Amino acid sequence: MIRMPRLSLDLPAIEVTDLRKRYGAVEALAGLTMSVGRGEVFGFLGPNGAGKTTTVKLLLGLARPTSGSGKVLGAPLGDLGTRRKVGYLPELFRYQPWLRAREVLTLHGELMGLPRSRRRPAADEALQVVGLADRAGDVVGRFSKGMQQRLGLGAALLGEPALVVLDEPTSALDPVGRVDVRGIVRSAADRGAAVFLNSHLLSEVEQVCDRVAILDHGRVVASGALDDVLGQAETVVRVSGLGAGDLSAVERFGPPTLEGEVLTIRPMEEAGVPDLVAQLVSMGARIHEVRSGRSSLEQRFLELVARDRPPAGTPSAQRLR
Amino acid sequence: MLTIARLTIGEAARRRVLWVLVILAAIAVSLTAWGVSTLVAGARDRGLSELEIKFAVSQILIFIAFMFGFVLVMTAAFFGSPAIATELESGVAQAMLARPLRRSSYLLGRWLGLAIVIAGYAAASGLLAIGVVGLVSGYLPPDPILPVAYLAGQSLVLLSLTVLLSTRLPPIAGGAIAVVAYGLAWMAGVLGKIGLALDAPSLVSVSDASRFLLPTDAFWQGVVYGLEPSFVINAAEGEFVARTSPFFAANGPAPAILIWALVWTVLVLALAVAQLRRREL
Repeated sequence: MIRMPRLSLDLPAIEVTDLRKRYGAVEALAGLTMSVGRGEVFGFLGPNGAGKTTTVKLLLGLARPTSGSGKVLGAPLGDLGTRRKVGYLPELFRYQPWLRAREVLTLHGELMGLPRSRRRPAADEALQVVGLADRAGDVVGRFSKGMQQRLGLGAALLGEPALVVLDEPTSALDPVGRVDVRGIVRSAADRGAAVFLNSHLLSEVEQVCDRVAILDHGRVVASGALDDVLGQAETVVRVSGLGAGDLSAVERFGPPTLEGEVLTIRPMEEAGVPDLVAQLVSMGARIHEVRSGRSSLEQRFLELVARDRPPAGTPSAQRLR
Repeated sequence: MLTIARLTIGEAARRRVLWVLVILAAIAVSLTAWGVSTLVAGARDRGLSELEIKFAVSQILIFIAFMFGFVLVMTAAFFGSPAIATELESGVAQAMLARPLRRSSYLLGRWLGLAIVIAGYAAASGLLAIGVVGLVSGYLPPDPILPVAYLAGQSLVLLSLTVLLSTRLPPIAGGAIAVVAYGLAWMAGVLGKIGLALDAPSLVSVSDASRFLLPTDAFWQGVVYGLEPSFVINAAEGEFVARTSPFFAANGPAPAILIWALVWTVLVLALAVAQLRRREL
């Protein structure tokens, strides 16, 4: 008899403390601590081999942690009953190729304990959401990779789970499919589900996630709301006719630095740009380009995960390959 | 567990494996019927007695059972060895095991589904072959169900072994090991009979050890015993040639070895479940 989970909206959907996983000599996860709230889209980022999929497997009970503890929907990691409320799209999305799309979803409905009368309507609903309603009766083995990934997404959303874990959900999708997935993820969060999005597609995460954690070598190197992780806004001006002695005149906008013809003021919000330009012009400087905003997630990601990596082509980098 | 068993049976049907087996069995039974009827007609023309004909037909049946038993064992090996390994390699199992599905239910469901397919195939084909041979020759074994049950039992023992291997080894390796183990166990059984006849205790010990490790040979003894007419057993019992032949059995398998086969199967499946539980997916 599988115990039904008691769900509380007060508890975080995911809460792990000092989670570690070792495979022989390799430490795949080196003390992960994080929390994901209900109704939140959480982006879990990291380069290949950072420990993202290992984390997902630990959360779902497919692997056991070497040490540390965690709770999913208020129950300990690996709790069987809790999995009724968790939808999962694996990185390696494969389903019985001899089954029809609707049959795959009704099977998953049966496995997750949906009442018999709910299985087919829930399967059809999920197929509709992922855009496979007209292929419900087709054999999965004839599906393209993208369609199989859509089917996997449908399986993950089946029965409106409280937690949706998506491991690289758009790896096989075309740009249209990626946009669709962003919409699907947002609507799952809007109905109150927590979405744990494991990805290395930074633009995807940037557009859909409320909070992110960046993982590298099994450790979280940055986490928090997207704005916090991306850091302060800055204004960069390509300018000529400006000397180091002129910098004191623009200090009221923020701390300035001048490297050649590139003036950087950080932090500085975009709202001050017209006044800054006016000031520079009044000083006789010539302005060639102005950029203002936060660094992209990609820039921030590269800063964080590349700082302890040797540049490509160096002897130590070659050894890593 | 029943969901997975049903899924496994559905897979066999949907992938046309079942239908291929049914067609092959129909061809084999038709050829057997034609061959036996031709032989019986020829024997009657030459004036052979009904007793001689019954003996000859029983020997043909035993030979067919030997071939059919090997086909069943191969079927069990080919079905069982990818049962877990292929689904783990492809990721199909991970998607299901992330649901509230116990690993034991998954593994035992896979075993049960395959066991039903193999035992059903053994029963349908075996009884059809015996029935058709009975129809064209007039010879029916004393209890036709018994040899068929032993044939099915033998393949279920091997299926259990392949499912265990499937939790750790790739399909080809698991299947090859199981088939070779079956062949060795069969040969050890033959050597054991010769050892008994020649009073060679070391050969008997090897045979006993083999039966302990893989109890398939006892089922083969049951198949042979179940297909023989009683007058053959009475006439040949004690004869040196009969005592050393793998195609003659004076008795069915002892209840103790059948109980051991049952215990062995339970232990092997328990070990398979433990292996799968330990495995990181």
